[in-house]
Parts: sequence; structure tokens; C-alpha cells
Amino acid sequence: MTTIALLLITGLGLGALYFLIAAGLSLIWGLMRVLNFAHGAFFTVAAYAGWSASRLLTSSPAELRWAVAVVVAIVVGGAFAALTEVLLIRPLYSRHVGQVLVTVGLALATISLVQGGFGSDPQPFAVPDWMTNTSSIAGAGIPNTRLLVIVFAAVVLAVLLFFLQRTRFGLIVRAGVENRDMVQALGIDVQRAFTLVFTIGGMAAGLSGILAATYYGTVDPVRGTSMLIFAFIVVIIGGLGSVTGSAVAAVVVGVLQQFLNFYAAAGVGDFSVVLLLAVVLLVRPGGFSGSST
Amino acid sequence: MTETGPRTVLSTTSLGLRIRGVTIVDDVSLDVNEGELLVIIGPNGAGKTTLFNLLSGVTRPTSGKVVFRGDDITTAPPYVRARRGMGRTFQTSTIFAELSTLENVRLAAQAHLGGSDHIWALADRQQAALERARAALASVGLETRERAKAASLSHGEKRKLDLAILLCGDPRLVLLDEPTAGIAVEDVPEMMTLIRHIHRDQNKTVLMVEHRMDLIMGLADRMAVMHHGSLLAVDTPERIIANEIVQSAYLGDPL
Amino acid sequence: MTRSVRIGVAVLLVVLAVLPFVGITIPGLFDGALNAPGTLNLLGMCFVFGALAVTYDIVFGYVGLLSFGHALYFATGVYVTAIALARWHWSLPAALALTVVVSLVLPLVLGAICLRMRDIPFAMVTLAFAQAGSILVMQNPFGLTGGEEGLALGGDVLPSFLVGVVNTRNVYWVAFALIVVVYVVAWRAVNSPPGRVWQAIRENERRVGVLGLNPYLYKLGAFVLSAFLASICGVVYLLLQGGANPQVTTADFTLALLVMVVLGGVGTLWGAVLGGLAYEYLDFRLVALSNAPAVQSLPALLRVPLSEPLFLLGVLFIVLVLFVPGGLGGALRRRLPLRA
Repeated sequence: MTTIALLLITGLGLGALYFLIAAGLSLIWGLMRVLNFAHGAFFTVAAYAGWSASRLLTSSPAELRWAVAVVVAIVVGGAFAALTEVLLIRPLYSRHVGQVLVTVGLALATISLVQGGFGSDPQPFAVPDWMTNTSSIAGAGIPNTRLLVIVFAAVVLAVLLFFLQRTRFGLIVRAGVENRDMVQALGIDVQRAFTLVFTIGGMAAGLSGILAATYYGTVDPVRGTSMLIFAFIVVIIGGLGSVTGSAVAAVVVGVLQQFLNFYAAAGVGDFSVVLLLAVVLLVRPGGFSGSST
Repeated sequence: MTETGPRTVLSTTSLGLRIRGVTIVDDVSLDVNEGELLVIIGPNGAGKTTLFNLLSGVTRPTSGKVVFRGDDITTAPPYVRARRGMGRTFQTSTIFAELSTLENVRLAAQAHLGGSDHIWALADRQQAALERARAALASVGLETRERAKAASLSHGEKRKLDLAILLCGDPRLVLLDEPTAGIAVEDVPEMMTLIRHIHRDQNKTVLMVEHRMDLIMGLADRMAVMHHGSLLAVDTPERIIANEIVQSAYLGDPL
Repeated sequence: MTRSVRIGVAVLLVVLAVLPFVGITIPGLFDGALNAPGTLNLLGMCFVFGALAVTYDIVFGYVGLLSFGHALYFATGVYVTAIALARWHWSLPAALALTVVVSLVLPLVLGAICLRMRDIPFAMVTLAFAQAGSILVMQNPFGLTGGEEGLALGGDVLPSFLVGVVNTRNVYWVAFALIVVVYVVAWRAVNSPPGRVWQAIRENERRVGVLGLNPYLYKLGAFVLSAFLASICGVVYLLLQGGANPQVTTADFTLALLVMVVLGGVGTLWGAVLGGLAYEYLDFRLVALSNAPAVQSLPALLRVPLSEPLFLLGVLFIVLVLFVPGGLGGALRRRLPLRA
């Protein structure tokens, strides 16, 4: 029972990290039809920015250092994403493959630059002591970092849903996901929505990057790429363009991965997630909540 | 139409399409008779093109059925319908822009004649397809443009190329989606002549969408009026013009 | 192709074929003589990547399928052959026979699933499957793949004429034959009737369906052909490397392939060859450059970017996509009389 509780919550934590990446990817895809490979770069650069900020504040209390790292990561992730949209994606308007290729180039260049600057090995990331402690839930000692990540992701989900459902910009984004041409025909500047969605996606990815550093206790230059691939899987299973779908799929993927990695063998969980994707595609080519067109 | 009573080539029964609670095509039952030229008219947004998509298999209906030459093809993919003799054009020309004019048509000929699975053959040397392609180009008057890249053709030429591609497949039923859309005014009569030629001289059954009434008077055997996704009336052009419901749909208060 | 270009290509092919007998040194271009084992090995690698880029161009350039999983099929050739030879001690013909079967069945099954999606979802799914392959290799199931360590072939598992520094030229010729054969097969395929259908699908898939052809089957055919040829490239890569390494299974490897094809010009076979050759050569030379004393003595702000070949290639790639959409091939074609 304790093992199950531990695996469940760890899986939820992992799913929370996936969700933070996938939410942005899904919105960007839904609105702009861009497969954003640079999302892993946002994740990585933001994590290293937060880590660097935390290292500059060695004399400050651990809580403050961590909080600063989180804020820096969110800001850097959002700014990097906004710049990417304006400088690289926008000039290739209507060339979708070109847009994908540019994000591929950006991902390659950025990750290798981070590796060159900070080394290929993971670097330890200092967090407040209470985070590394465990809380007892259903008899299992759950590391607080897991709970923290879940809480953050839940807050982001709530904020995103509020934004999409209740704000004017959110309405434009939702309408744009349904039918972009129609939104433009109404005389709405979709360009601004593009930049906004990229920025939000970048901020969420940045948050994911620093939370992953908290979760694992390290920053790692190649983590972004492998997280990105699982986030892609989450996006497809959840249905392209659907934030709620991404949230559900992220939980399913994270929990499944943890359980199988534990009960079968390391790696089996990762592998099964891809099999799950194949099954979903065979049953429902559009994902679980997406439109199939 | 030499037999006793016309034979039905294509018939739809209560055909409908609803997407997220919005009805786009509503309960359309329509019979297209062998050899006739039937024109679907209706204001923009009436669902004419969507109906075409349902007929040709590009979109799947959410209710009703489509029967083509005796077979239920409601869920058949586009390529199956094409093989059974249904050809169509799209409202905007959908040629293969990066291929030459001749290559566009030869591809259609190749699709029709078979041989599209011979991976070790050279496409340029398939004589039968080449001859058929050239004949189709000649029939629409594009024989001098065969080497031009399709993207470089004028708009009117692209529409002709659409027709040539269509003819290569030797369809029994031809669906034309607004063949005059976007072409220059002076080219419209020539396009109409071409359509008449396809209908009369090549004996094709034609189902066509057009929203300019003036063009189809004298061309159409029957007309079907669509409004808000459903069929208002199907009748001869003369009676359609006189029909009051149609008049109000076309001229009366918009929505 | 004009007559002069044809003659030029013929001369080039003859020169490359007899290269192992040429003892000239070209300073700056290669470190050793042209027939030195190091140079022949580098050239052989260039041939493998040139051929691999051609196989990728079939699906990406001609059918318009943005696959992010091509590395999986290359890695299949590398690993299946390596496992059969080194772990099970099969003979080379037996290992090759197994590789051929796997290289046909795997893309057939995975392609059938992936092609249920189009465009970007297709790209994502191919990437996911390739990632599963990568995970599998890294996990070292039953001690077969060697995990992160990779799998060395050892001296006794290959016929002696393919082993050792003195026989590098034999492997060079194998690689040379590979690029010629792959090119010819790809050229015939894209100029065959189904090849025309592929290009039509790239231009307008819906229209192909309305012509009475099932686009799905044509896409699957191209996918399998391209994947199979990629696996064959993997086999030759294995011979040149003398072992399998997990880097060839990663997403980065597919991305590198994408860079090669875009570098050379999408949708032209010889452009892809050019891109593959250029990428592999640049990658090798840039590593040498990054270790050069002149670079190492630079301040960190300059040294770090210059020491990362992938950074330079990534930036070059972005610049090409933004400003030279036709790639090197497109830029060259405007200057050379290649079209009659």
C-alpha cells in the first residue's frame, strides 16, 4: 500500500512536469500548427538561468534563493519563447515546415551551447531543506518536492483554464484553435495571440525546467530533450490543442511510467508509454479529446 | 435518357452533417439521373461545397447515406469512389503546383490505367498514359502548355487543367465545384462551352455547384436550390426561377 | 542533365573509385594522404551519410512526410547486424539476411501505425517510436545492445578482408558502392510511376485520393523503401565504425539528418548527397577546429560556441532555413547548367 501511494504520487509529480511542457506545446500546435522543438530549449535555458541565479545568492536564505530561481526561470523561459516567436517563427509565416525546422535548429544550437558552457554532467541544485524532507501520506514517506510540483502544476492548470475560459484573449486563443482563418476574418490580430501563446508556453516550460531541477536535485543539459519527447506523447494522447486533455494524459503517462518502471523493470515504463500511444492511435487517431480532422 | 424513365446514378437519402451541435448539411435527399446536368445553386454558406465533400468522400456524413451506381458508398474513402467512376474538381484549383502541366495529367492517366505500382519502371516511358494525357490536354485546349510548371499557369488555365485531370479518369459522374470561381470574365464563356462539351459530347453526367444564375440558364437540365444546409427545391430552371420560396431565399431578408 | 555535367560526374566517380591508390596529400582538406586509412575512413563515413541523407530525402523531400524517426531504421541496420555477429556469432551472410528481414518488417508495422496521422502529429509519433527504440538500446535488454557502452564487433566476427587498418580501402569501396547503389535505386524510385504519385501526394494529398489512388499505400511504400535503404546504410556504418554506439538511435541523430537534407536542398537527390557529405565532413573538421590551440586560447564567450560543432551547425541551419530556402543544392542549381 505504501509503495503504491509512493508510486502514485511520484507518477503524479512526473506527470505534472510533463503537463507544464505539454500545455504550451498543445496550445502552440492548436493555434499555429507549429511543432515546437525549441520547447525543450526553453526548459533547459530557464532551468540553467534559475540555477545560476540561485548560485549568485549563496549568502541568502535557501527559501529566497529557491524562490528567485523559480521567478528567474519563468521570466527567462517566457522571454526566450517570445523572442523565438518574434525573430524566428514570424518571418516564416505560412511556411509550417520551415517553422518546425527553425525550432529544430534552435534546439540543437541551444542545448549544445548549454553543454559547452556548463558541462555535460548534471549540476547539483540547492533547495530548502524542508523540500528534501518527506511527508507521510497513507503510510508512505513522500518527498515534499513531489507534492510541490503537483501543487504548482495544479495552480498552472487552474490559471490556464481561467485564462482560456474567462478572458478575451483566451476566447481568441480558443476560437483560433478551432478555426484560425475565421478568427482572422473577424479582423482580430492573431499575430498577438501567437506571441502570447508562445510566451505563456515558454513560461510554463521554464517553470517545468526549474521544478524538474527541484524534483531531481540537479540541472541537466539533456533532460529537456527527453522530457520534450514524453510531452509530445502527452499532447497526442490528450488531443492536440486541448489543455485539459493534456492534463489528463500527463497524469496517465506519468503514473503508468512510474508503476511499470518499478514493477517490471527500469525502462519498461518508458517503453510502455510509447506502446500506449500506438494503441491510442489505432483506436482514436485524433487523441482522446481532440477533433480528428 | 433513352430508356423508359431516367436511371439514377447517384442518390442521397437524408444526408446530414453536424459538427459540435451545428448543422451544416441537413437532411438532403437528392437523385442525380444518368446523363443529366444538374446544378446546385444557393447563397454563400448554404452548404454546397460541404455537400460535395460528403458526396466525394472528403468529409464523412453524420447521418443518412449515399448510393452511387447501386452501391452504398457512404463511408467509402475518396479513392474508392474515384475508381467507381466519380470525378470531381475543387472550388479552388487543386493541381500539383510543382509538377508540369503534362505530369499533372499523366498522373491522372496513370491512376486510371493502372501501373502506379511499378516501382522499377520509368514514369516518363509509360506510353499509354502519355497518349491519354496528351489527348486530355488537347480536349481542353492546353496542348501548347504541357511543359509549363502548373504553378505558372494563369487562373483560367489552371481550371482547364483541373478539367483535363478529371477527364483522364474517364468518370461516369462529374462533380464540378464552381468551375467559374475566380476566373476572368472574358474566360467564362469558354469555360461554359467546355462544360457543355463534357456533358453533351463526352456523355458525362454532371453535378455542378454555381451561384451565378445567369450562367446556367440554358445549360442546366435541372436545378437544386440549397439554403441553410437543406434543399429547398429541385426542378427545371424555368420553374425554379418562378418559385417563390427560392426567390425569398435568394433575394429576401438575409437570415 | 547536360553532356558536360554527365562527363563531370563520370570522371568524379572514376576518381573516387581509384582513390585508394592515390597517394597525394591535399593540405587543409585532409590531414593525411588521400589513401591514408584515416582519410578513407572519413570519406567512407561521408558516403554513408550522403546515402543516408538520400534515403531521408525520399520520405521528406519527395513524399513530404516530416518523419522524426529515421534514426530508428538506420540504428536497426547497425544493431541487428552487430548483435547477430557479436552476440550470436552468426556468419556475415546470415546476419545480413536477418537484418534485411527486420529492416522490412519493422518500418512496415510502425509505418502502418504512424501514417494514420498526418503532418505534425505524424512527426510526433515517428519521434516517439524512435525514442522507444533508443530507450530499448540504452536499457541493454538481455545484455544484447551493450547499453550506453555500445557494442564492439571485435576482430574475429567479420571476414578478414573487412577488418584492420590495411583493409580500410575494402570498406571504403563498400561505402562507395553503397552511395552509388542507394542513389540509383532512389533515382529510379522517384522517377517511377509510384514516385510521381509520391510527389503528387506532397503537393496535394486530397487530390490524389480523388484521382482514385489510395495515398496511404503509396506513403507506406515510400516509408518502407526509405527505411530499408537507411538500414543498409546502417550496416555499412557498422563496418566502418567496427561497432555500434547508441548515439545513432537518438532524436538528435534524426535531427542531424534533417539538417543534412535541408542543407543540401529538399527534394533533390544530389542535393541530399551534397548535404550528407558536407555535414559529416564539417562535423569532423569542426571537432578538429574546436581543439585547435587558436580556438582554445580565445576568451570563453567566443571559445565555448566555437567548440560546439552542433551549435555552429544549428545556427547554420537556422540561417539556411530563413534565408536560403532551397539549401546549398538550390543555390548551386541557379549557377550550374544542370537542367537541360
